[in-house]
Amino acid sequence: MEDALLTDWSRAQFALTAMYHWLFVPLTLGLSFIIAIMETIYVKTGNVVWKEITKFWMTLFAINFAIGLATGIIMEFEFGTNWSNYSWIVGDIFGAPLAIEGIMAFFMESTFFAVMFFGWDKVSKKMHLLSTWLVAIGSNLSALWILVANGWMQNPVGMVFNVDTARFEMESFWDVLFNPNAYSKFLHTIGSGYVMGSLFVVGISAWYLLKGRDVVKAKKSIVVGATFGLITSIFLIVSGDESAHEVALHQPTKLAAMEGLYDGHTRAGIVAVGQLNSEKEIGDKKEPFIWEIEIPYALSFLGFHNTDAFVAGINDLVYGNKEQGIESAKSKIEKGKVAIEALRSYKEAKKSGDIAKAKTALETFRANEPYFGYGYLSDEKEIIPPVALTFYSFHIMVGFGLWFLMLFFFVLYFAMVNRLDGKKMLLRLAVFSIPLGYIAGEAGWIVAEVGRQPWAIQDMLPVGMATSNVSVTAVQTTFWLFAIIFTLLMIAEIKIILKQIKLGMEGH
Amino acid sequence: MFEDLELLRLQQYWWFIVSLLGGFFAFMMFIQGGQTLLGRLGKTEEEKNVIIASLGRKWELSFTSLVMFGGALFAAFPLFYAVSFGGAYYVWMAILFCFIIQAVSYEYRKKPDNFLGQKTYETFLYINGSLGIFLIGVALATLYTGGNFIRNDMNLSFWTTHTYGLEALINPFNLAFGLVIFFLSRVGASLYFINNLAVETIVNRAREQLKIDALLFLGFFLLVAFMLFMMSGLAYDSEGFKVVEHKFFFNLIETPILLISLLVGVGLVLYALYTALFKNSTKSVWFNGVGTIITVTTLLCLIGFNRTAIYPSLSDIDSSLTIVNSSGSHYTLTAMSYVSLMVPFVLGYIYFIWRAMDKTKITSEEIEADSHHY
Repeated sequence: MEDALLTDWSRAQFALTAMYHWLFVPLTLGLSFIIAIMETIYVKTGNVVWKEITKFWMTLFAINFAIGLATGIIMEFEFGTNWSNYSWIVGDIFGAPLAIEGIMAFFMESTFFAVMFFGWDKVSKKMHLLSTWLVAIGSNLSALWILVANGWMQNPVGMVFNVDTARFEMESFWDVLFNPNAYSKFLHTIGSGYVMGSLFVVGISAWYLLKGRDVVKAKKSIVVGATFGLITSIFLIVSGDESAHEVALHQPTKLAAMEGLYDGHTRAGIVAVGQLNSEKEIGDKKEPFIWEIEIPYALSFLGFHNTDAFVAGINDLVYGNKEQGIESAKSKIEKGKVAIEALRSYKEAKKSGDIAKAKTALETFRANEPYFGYGYLSDEKEIIPPVALTFYSFHIMVGFGLWFLMLFFFVLYFAMVNRLDGKKMLLRLAVFSIPLGYIAGEAGWIVAEVGRQPWAIQDMLPVGMATSNVSVTAVQTTFWLFAIIFTLLMIAEIKIILKQIKLGMEGH
Repeated sequence: MFEDLELLRLQQYWWFIVSLLGGFFAFMMFIQGGQTLLGRLGKTEEEKNVIIASLGRKWELSFTSLVMFGGALFAAFPLFYAVSFGGAYYVWMAILFCFIIQAVSYEYRKKPDNFLGQKTYETFLYINGSLGIFLIGVALATLYTGGNFIRNDMNLSFWTTHTYGLEALINPFNLAFGLVIFFLSRVGASLYFINNLAVETIVNRAREQLKIDALLFLGFFLLVAFMLFMMSGLAYDSEGFKVVEHKFFFNLIETPILLISLLVGVGLVLYALYTALFKNSTKSVWFNGVGTIITVTTLLCLIGFNRTAIYPSLSDIDSSLTIVNSSGSHYTLTAMSYVSLMVPFVLGYIYFIWRAMDKTKITSEEIEADSHHY
């Protein structure tokens, strides 16, 4: 009971801090490139209006960047403070990308950030422009290494379990670095950042047009923002498709939850919109949906690039499906328990010097090793993540993503034919789409992380085994402290940004 | 190249890298020292703005150095990272909160509609510079004095007190170490302002402030050095751990390179103080910086080498950590060693950028004319 509570609070704290952090990171990822593009236009044309535009967006960038740092520092250290078992068990693999992120990305960002903001009169125009690009590249490199680490959690590769040290150890750095899951996640994540940056620029510029203020600068900003947004929205959809393909290959339980698919079949369709039946339980015969609109064949095609492919449902994954060669969760749990027992026996034999017994135990362990993590689960249904949260988050993310593509298309079209001023409704929609971008981004991470449950490392380490061995009170205390401080800082950030927007684009 | 090295050599190499990062972070702490001097050196709003602008162009590097120090520990010595951060929970969390509030304060302090008010953000900077730095000193001191943890057969660790690390605050050595780091950061700050600013009133006050902080720093440094050399430490061999009296003193004597580097580092810091206080030099910051990096690196190396425990357990001597039993695998350390070759490149561009940005000293006029000053 105490352990379950500790796991829940540890997860709650990580979710709280990560979700706060993700409110600020996407804007940094996207806006940094948009600013770099704007400054490039200034340097190429020599038109000082572009310099003023660049400086205005830089001001908002800096306000957001600061709170991104404040919420970011905790993320790295939280692996140690709240997930210390995890840090030992997989630290040999997981620690490396985090350290590389520091040396490769953080120093670059923080050094050139100073030039970007305070170096206008201290370095040459070209050096300043280079610094702005390096801040953008640095922040995106940071995302690369974090997603290499996260991608490994979703699809662990390139490692072996060392029975003597009782941890996973890296066997191939290149397998970890070039993990396909990491790349699809990286591209999809930075894509969402680029779209968020574009929504921010287009939305705020639209507000200026509605108010009839800073019209020339707002229009110029919209052209850059909407062009960048349109291109990156397409990129986001393509990378999303690749990301879903990776999920289909390596995380079938997540895919089943994303689609609310209980009974798997070939030629599976995608539920475009629908309402889940809240009374539906795993293994019963009730309908999973109260109503739904389905696109036939689409899930098989998107998941496996083949309309005839079989997509496993929740029931197949829990109870097994012999026809499709899917082993039941119960059988995996039993094998996992054998592996745990064999490891314990190996350790004891090693300690007492019984080499023969150690050898036998090790053989038993290796035979059951792929199921090791399952041994820590007690119920077969535990392998399924929360279905409703994963399903709705996924659909919100996809729905909003498609809307952003349309928005950018129409905004750019009317901007190019110079008829944007009269499109009040479109401009209002652009303003209201800013919060939708944040919601879509958070929803995406809920799909990725809630959909991964119960695993910290897919199929290998359940979250319950990954926490630090601290008291629940300690975690509760820090949870509330984070909730208070981050909320206060976020209110400050929003108020400052709104004030800067109201002050207008002049004088920057 | 690195793959041919023995595991022990890689472990030693990585302890050196971690120590070097610790040294660099200690040098960068002049930012925090400066934050605690904001009210003492800046008497008018204009002067405060200059001080904040001067620190504000570099504060992120001290923040990044801390993150890098943590990241390197995680990658190279994951068991130490797990045991210390997961066990001394309250201490590390308190440190992190002190840095969270720093991160927004430069940018938000003077912005209109900043919700919490200028005074609050200045208080945040003060807390970061005082409590934050003091607690980091205390946490580092526990590498010498130990922590209350045990670890089981599976290397999973458990803290044995319900104060989760706060008990370190009743150990006199830990407290003295925290104070040394605090006064070192203030010494660094005054020397930095003397070098970086062209505002005479602030520079004169910094020279006056330096006299007090230098005296307190030297006093506590002597006390810490005395306590360190009198202290016993844990040695290990194939038989296990054993307590050795004056362990760190013997480590120094038995490893001449550490003795030499400590003398050079301390000598450089003393020379910096002498030139700043008695010769009115403006360049002392560099001698102090190099001296600080060398001294702190040496003091951290003193723990990792000569078969010494890097984190003694006060609850169960056999649970103690060494660079051997807490490190990453040979493969990971090798891979990370190649990555470490980027360090000179990173230091190179930091130096290049600093030189370009600090070509001229900061004046009040420059700050007032800058549309994006903090």
